[in-house]
Amino acid sequence: MSGLKAHFPVLLVVVPLLTAPLLALIRQKQVARALALLSALATAVIGWGLVIAAREQVEPLSYHLGGWPPPIGIEYVVSQASAFVVAIVSSIAALGLLLGTRETRKEVTEGQQHLYYAAYLLCLAGLLGMAITGDAFNVFVFLEISSLSTYSLVAMGNRRRAFSAAFNYLILGTIGGTFVLIGIGLLYQVTGTLNVQDIAHRVQELEDVAPDSHNLTLLVAFVFMIVGLGLKLAVFPLHQWLPGAYAEAPAAVSAFLAGTATKVIYFQLLRTTVVFFGAAHVFGALRFGTHVLMPLSIAGMFIGSIAAIYQPTLKRMLAYSSVGQVGYLTLALSFGTEAGVQAGLLHLGAHAVTKAGLFCVVAAIVAGVGSNRIQRLNGLGKRMPIVAFAFVLGGVGLIGVPGTSGFVSKWALLQAAFASEHYLVAGLVLLSSLVAVVYVWRIVEVMYFQAPPVDEKTTHDNLAMVPALILLGASVLFGLFPDQVVELAADAAHQLFLEPGSLPPLPTGGHG
Amino acid sequence: MNELAQQLFPGEILLFGAMLVPFVKGKLRSALVVLLPLLSLGHLLMLELGHDATVSLAGFTLHIVRVDALSRIFGIVFHIAALLCCIYALHVKKALEHVATLVYAGSAIAATFAGDLISLFVFWELTALSSVFLIWARGIDDPERRERAYEVGMRYLIVQVGSGVLLLMGILLHLSDTGSYGFDRMALDTSRGAPFIFVAFGIKAAFPLLHNWVQDAYPEATVSGTVVLASFTTKLAIYALARGFAGTELLIPIGAVMTAFPIFYAVLENDLRRVLAYSLNNQLGYMVVGIGVGTELALNGAAAHAFAHILYKGLLLMSMGAVLYRTGTVEASKLGGLHKSMPLTTFFCVIGALSISAFPGLSGFVTKSMIVSSVGEMHLPIIFGVLLFASAGVCDHSGIKVPFFAFFAHDQGWKVKEAPKHMLVAMGIAAVLCIGIGVFPGLLYEYLPFPEVAAQYHAYETTHVLTMLELLMFAGLAFVVLMKLGVYPPELPAVNVDSDWVYRKAAPEVVRDGYSLATYARLKAWSAVVAVRSAFLRLLSVHHQPPRGTLGEPWSPSATTLWAALLLGFMLLVHYA
Repeated sequence: MSGLKAHFPVLLVVVPLLTAPLLALIRQKQVARALALLSALATAVIGWGLVIAAREQVEPLSYHLGGWPPPIGIEYVVSQASAFVVAIVSSIAALGLLLGTRETRKEVTEGQQHLYYAAYLLCLAGLLGMAITGDAFNVFVFLEISSLSTYSLVAMGNRRRAFSAAFNYLILGTIGGTFVLIGIGLLYQVTGTLNVQDIAHRVQELEDVAPDSHNLTLLVAFVFMIVGLGLKLAVFPLHQWLPGAYAEAPAAVSAFLAGTATKVIYFQLLRTTVVFFGAAHVFGALRFGTHVLMPLSIAGMFIGSIAAIYQPTLKRMLAYSSVGQVGYLTLALSFGTEAGVQAGLLHLGAHAVTKAGLFCVVAAIVAGVGSNRIQRLNGLGKRMPIVAFAFVLGGVGLIGVPGTSGFVSKWALLQAAFASEHYLVAGLVLLSSLVAVVYVWRIVEVMYFQAPPVDEKTTHDNLAMVPALILLGASVLFGLFPDQVVELAADAAHQLFLEPGSLPPLPTGGHG
Repeated sequence: MNELAQQLFPGEILLFGAMLVPFVKGKLRSALVVLLPLLSLGHLLMLELGHDATVSLAGFTLHIVRVDALSRIFGIVFHIAALLCCIYALHVKKALEHVATLVYAGSAIAATFAGDLISLFVFWELTALSSVFLIWARGIDDPERRERAYEVGMRYLIVQVGSGVLLLMGILLHLSDTGSYGFDRMALDTSRGAPFIFVAFGIKAAFPLLHNWVQDAYPEATVSGTVVLASFTTKLAIYALARGFAGTELLIPIGAVMTAFPIFYAVLENDLRRVLAYSLNNQLGYMVVGIGVGTELALNGAAAHAFAHILYKGLLLMSMGAVLYRTGTVEASKLGGLHKSMPLTTFFCVIGALSISAFPGLSGFVTKSMIVSSVGEMHLPIIFGVLLFASAGVCDHSGIKVPFFAFFAHDQGWKVKEAPKHMLVAMGIAAVLCIGIGVFPGLLYEYLPFPEVAAQYHAYETTHVLTMLELLMFAGLAFVVLMKLGVYPPELPAVNVDSDWVYRKAAPEVVRDGYSLATYARLKAWSAVVAVRSAFLRLLSVHHQPPRGTLGEPWSPSATTLWAALLLGFMLLVHYA
């Protein structure tokens, strides 16, 4: 890599991070909007540039911040997996802003809009930084940046309940963040380093020295990090902040968060289990996969999806469906195999695109009929045919109907379950997709089979449909031609699973 | 032209043509929906036996077209059915129902020609997702029934998609055991996946105890929707069984039960479309027995019977649909004497009734006798006896009861118009085909999976004809005697409890109660937490005002925090142990 391209890893974070305060100072909503969109688009381009760069390399690219070599300096790591995650996150962020251009005018209080865009970009910077950094403490810092900005974004929702949802999220998110910090602190105490790769080496050494005895500090560090991440990821039963936050946030924020926030945390969970503590140890000796993660995932899959059936509003329904989908993500990880992580990464991509697309559709619906209550959707197939069709498209993606991205990832998940001989689990995955049929087709029935109201007017927000159709189109495209992405996910999983020892050891001077 | 035909897969014209329907109106739309099945049929006939096509899609090499004698005969009859359904439904104004019909028919046809299990699964699911609209559309016709149509449709959808889910499970297991996803003949012990695939087919073929969705859903669809539904799903399953599980002996007893048990329900039932839905099961039973026997004659019989069955069952349902369309009801207790006002419909219904009763000279006779003969050749006396009993039963409920109560019986004084022209045309074509097959069975026999075996089969042997006539006479006599003695079950509007009570009533109650119980428990747990916390805060004399949680957010942050702490402790315990 040469020139500007060599600095892509840091630019990815710096561009939105520096644009954000600028927007707060500008106080001019039109300019702020244009700048935010520009910045997010630039970030998306950089994100995809990193994917291309990562695909050209066998080993992860390391970018040394300020020229200081790790482990003392901070390192940004462009691996196949992190590049994949940042590309998805930055693209969805850009599309979310595209959606927000008209929506936010109505949803966010006049005079706060520049702040809204600033918070949005801060959140994006935090998420991207979290995914790309190779420094454990940095992970926490970026986690807090993204979380704090998310709380304010949620609170900008136009109903009073948005405050209580944001407060709820704030409390739980802070607890989650603190747990993660405690975990990182303990890890630092044991290993004397904060570099991810270095930690992995030293933990490996400790585990190798005494494979049968438990290093209690390590164990406690692990448990704190997992519970902290579990809270932020909305793993059942720590999921209750999610429906409120997604349902009350402004529409564009819901789309953005649903497609990105949990995805980046999931990537952290992958790193924590597979890289930090070593897959062999976590899934072997600790039996974390089968004894903890798998039952919680299965419970989440069913409880999230069943709760989705009973929700009165679309946003809430989609939010509970996300709880169920997180169940699939963590289930994929719980097999503790490369195939499982591959399936997890595929589902991460598939669900990010589908769910963000669906929230965009909801934004169009809210713009059109003034509400996202399911009762109010009667006759939407007549009133807003394209919107209703887009919803069906996204819905079948959630179910995992062939031809959509949801099928590709579900297929990979089932293959992974079979490969590790969890046949019953595979059956349960299929059974839970039946529940998804119910909550999706329930909406379809309302939209297509209930007579439209006579007196109501619908306004058409065609602009909101642009990002929705891009995202859902991407879902179908990925469903029909998945080869490239499947390969990418396989390589990414493989790279994550490489024993720390097989990566070049870092120089170990001047710390610990 | 021929080049293009080779590129398309059967059913593709219907699937994509359906997308055009919403964009045209009036006469043009009518022309389009009739033209599409004709075009598609023409396309199918251009493909030669042995034509194969594969595509690479979604990471799989899919064997998307396989034209052989077995798939072709089902493909042809599905096309005829699609054409009849489209003509019959011309009065429907909403585009939705036409689109659903075409997509549903197209996917059933595409599934028939699928040479691998994954393409089969794709179209299998598509039939489920598209056909439910035909049930929900009843709610548009009749707003009072909307709630009911919704519930019935949802139950139907869950069963259908459930079958697809089992199929997918079976395919995955089959793939991991055998390394292939080709759709070829298999046995129950070929792989661990085979039993799953078998049950998936069994659900759609309405095996006993898996059958209720037929009686639940079919009579609840729209006037034309029922005809459409009854034509495809179950026969697709019959095709799939014939392809995958021919000669599986388990199918023989299953089929025999299917032929016999619906008779009792059919005799008791008041809704005449539901009577026909029960008799659908019975007819499927013959085909299942034929597939189970698995000889060339039996498979010919199963395919031929499916062919004839789609036509005469369609004809019967069309005639009942016309009655429903004109009178607004198909309940036997409210009908009677319609032959005066709907003479042509009456005539067509009687043709259908005679066909299903296998009256010599009509289609049912020349096809059913093949299956019965093949069972005779296998020396299965009990099964043979059951089939004969069932034949008499069919004649009783479908052959006599349906036309008798609808068109004759007590004149209830209905003054209605004859069925609309397009319905009469559709019924007329079906009736001509029923008679044509009965008189010239050779035309059908040529297209059977084993034409050389079929060519040597003679339906009109004296013994066949005499046995059948005796049976029919006996059934007629039984009906008359029972009616005269007043023991024939009176036609009363009542609900007959079938085994589907378990999932229709019991299971949703359990789920709903479970859900509300969980909410209740959660609220209780929450209030306990709140009580402890406020006690604690009071102790510290901290003024505390939490934001109000709403019903939609039943967990306060404190409850979730408690969970986080519990999980933390739990994980430490598990991992330390």
